[in-house]
Amino acid sequence: MFARLVYESFWRQKRRKLLAGAAITLGVTVATAMIAVATDIGDKINRELRTIGANLLITPQEDTLDVEIGGIDLKPPSDGAFLNEADLPRIKGTFWHNNITGFAPMLPVNVTLQRDGRMEDLTLLGTYFARRVSFGKEEFTTGVRSTHPWWKVAGAWPDDSSRDVLLGERLAARLSATPGDEVTVSNRKVRVSGILSTGGSEDEQIVAPIAFAQEILNRPGAVRRVYVSAITKPEDAFARRDPKSMSGPVYDRWYCSPYAQSIAFQLQEAIPHSHAEQIRQVAQNEGAVLTRIEGLIFLITLAALFSSALAVSAAMATAIFERRAEVGLMKALGAGRLAVASIFLAEATLLALIGGCVGFAVGGLLARQIGRSIFNSQIAISPVLLPVILTIAVIVTFAGSAAAIRKAVRLDPVFALRGEL
Amino acid sequence: MTDNVSHSELRSPHEIAARRARSPHTSMFLRMLVRAAVLRRGRALSALFAMVVAAAVATAVLNLYVDVQAKLRREFRNYGANIILVGKDGASPPAGALPEVESVLAGRGVVAPFALVVARTSDGQPIVVAGTDFDRVKQLNRWWSVSAWPSAPQEALVGVRALSVVSPKNQPFQLSFQGHIIHLTSAGTVRTGASEDSRIYLSLADFISWTGVPASTIEVAAAGSPEEISAIMHELEQAVPAADVRPVRQIMEGEARVLGKTRATLLAAAVLIILTAALCVLSTLMGWVFDRRRDFAIMKTLGASDRLLNGFFAAEAAALGAAGAAIGFLLGIGIAAWIGRVNFHAPVVPRFSVLPFVLAGSMVVTLLSAILPIWLLRRVQPAVILRGE
Repeated sequence: MFARLVYESFWRQKRRKLLAGAAITLGVTVATAMIAVATDIGDKINRELRTIGANLLITPQEDTLDVEIGGIDLKPPSDGAFLNEADLPRIKGTFWHNNITGFAPMLPVNVTLQRDGRMEDLTLLGTYFARRVSFGKEEFTTGVRSTHPWWKVAGAWPDDSSRDVLLGERLAARLSATPGDEVTVSNRKVRVSGILSTGGSEDEQIVAPIAFAQEILNRPGAVRRVYVSAITKPEDAFARRDPKSMSGPVYDRWYCSPYAQSIAFQLQEAIPHSHAEQIRQVAQNEGAVLTRIEGLIFLITLAALFSSALAVSAAMATAIFERRAEVGLMKALGAGRLAVASIFLAEATLLALIGGCVGFAVGGLLARQIGRSIFNSQIAISPVLLPVILTIAVIVTFAGSAAAIRKAVRLDPVFALRGEL
Repeated sequence: MTDNVSHSELRSPHEIAARRARSPHTSMFLRMLVRAAVLRRGRALSALFAMVVAAAVATAVLNLYVDVQAKLRREFRNYGANIILVGKDGASPPAGALPEVESVLAGRGVVAPFALVVARTSDGQPIVVAGTDFDRVKQLNRWWSVSAWPSAPQEALVGVRALSVVSPKNQPFQLSFQGHIIHLTSAGTVRTGASEDSRIYLSLADFISWTGVPASTIEVAAAGSPEEISAIMHELEQAVPAADVRPVRQIMEGEARVLGKTRATLLAAAVLIILTAALCVLSTLMGWVFDRRRDFAIMKTLGASDRLLNGFFAAEAAALGAAGAAIGFLLGIGIAAWIGRVNFHAPVVPRFSVLPFVLAGSMVVTLLSAILPIWLLRRVQPAVILRGE
């Protein structure tokens, strides 16, 4: 009888059920989409912040001081220590390798540029552009094109295995060189594949594949420093603690959190004789910006959850209020308060479950659409959230119905049936 | 009822209410409005509550949407300079450039001069020494982790890596530049993770009296939108023609991207939230009006015209919408201010430009939820409704 009542109610009052169901579906859709966006926004904004540049720097441990003014390296080339290029793929072997979006080794060397009989001393920067590197079975592409996205090239990016070079914008203007020209760098003829514009000191330099810089320096495999772009978690008091002073489990927790500090620590472990440190200008401010945006979206998500809960309960209250006559009839036929309430609650649960499932699916699609149109990447919603969302939907629907049901069952059936309220 | 009439009434419920107020029905019309709200206090209040919440949430979200860029730009200014002035063709900018730059900025940012030379330590190692204004650098480069800022002359701020070279035991040290020697003590260390770690910073006065080299770079952190910043750059170019004014592109681009994406996300969220809030109002109000179909039927039986009925329900809805929007607006500004305080540690300025939108939106939603049930009921005979069928 109970099941039949519920079934008939759904079958005969399709319009009303559809309205209430639509409200629940919309509420759950909004809630799901906002939760998905809020849980993923940190990662997405973090990737956008990588536009500002690498946040970690690896240098040789026993290095002498940098002698660099305005990007011009004044250190004698033989001076100081180097990292070994062969060790670099190990960066992808660290615990947080999935958080490392790219790295670019740098090797500045002093060269003489000859063109049209003029000689000029300047800096040539050897680096990776978009080099394929493999670690174990994993293959990946890395270089300045991912770590320094604000570098713009007119012409073509050189191939990492070629001897083509990029000329800095100001340098090229001074030499009136264009892509395709040939220049002589320290007695080696090279082709200019493009003109590089960075807004920084590289505008006055030559940028070339790292092998070419190593050849000029006559030190195969030498790397001066490595810029690493990593997705990190904003720094807190725990992140700043010294790992040496930590006990076992605390150390494990620190090691397994993607703080800039712990990733730097792991990089240092992975690359022999190296020193890794966060670039504070990038790493520190990024934490501040991220915290603000995450906090904002979190609060907005709360507002969205609140308003969708309100919409669902308003719709349920209205739906039940309209059925007072029905309640009167049931009560007149001898149904107890419990029986009436349980029928309504069963209907509410059924509605919440159906609306919740549909809303979850639509919300997932909506989140995906938001991710694609705003961030050009997926915002995935994990299926683990489904039971959570369904539970919330049922609770909200119950809460919304409860007051209306209470009022309806309290009513004298005589008044209800006569329509006098 | 013709469409014509209902449209004109949809457009101007206030006008209708005003016209009615002048007509002999005055007291009756108002009395009906007031009594309807007072007698069904519970339902009227729940409708008002839904309206207030919806308006408050919409106001708060719109306010934040308008204000978020200004708030986040402040965070981005902590990245330091976004404009750099250097002398043209390797020369230093003229000596009077700094006050000139200051007067162009007029409080719209922070400026710091830097002078750089390569000096030698007592054992002949090359080291980069910079002269700057510590008070300005403190504001410009907040990410510098400094143990103690120098305050007296002949005190230096030593990079963490430079410290082990020049003064491993924190003893006084000397540097030479082209035969001139300066004696310094280390006041504190600076750690940035970048080239600053290998440098020694002096006050500009000490630096110039020692080396005679003037400031070669002026770093500017200009505040404002991209348009304002490019206007500042243009003004700087005109004020200091001898200098090359360059933007720091990675900072500007990064800022623009992050701000754009955050705003777009917020807009998507605002649309969703306002949609659900409107739905909430719609279902509550429609329930309320539907519930009063007996009033409707009685009025009709007593000879009320369709126009009067429409006007009555529309005026009621408009009053509810206006009251709800006004209360909700105030509440929403409070919520936005609270979010500003909690999240950005700065109040969100109330944007009264949002008010017309909230007001208009509330009116449209309430009128829609009042007219829709009436429109559905208009063909039903009053007798049927009164018999409760």
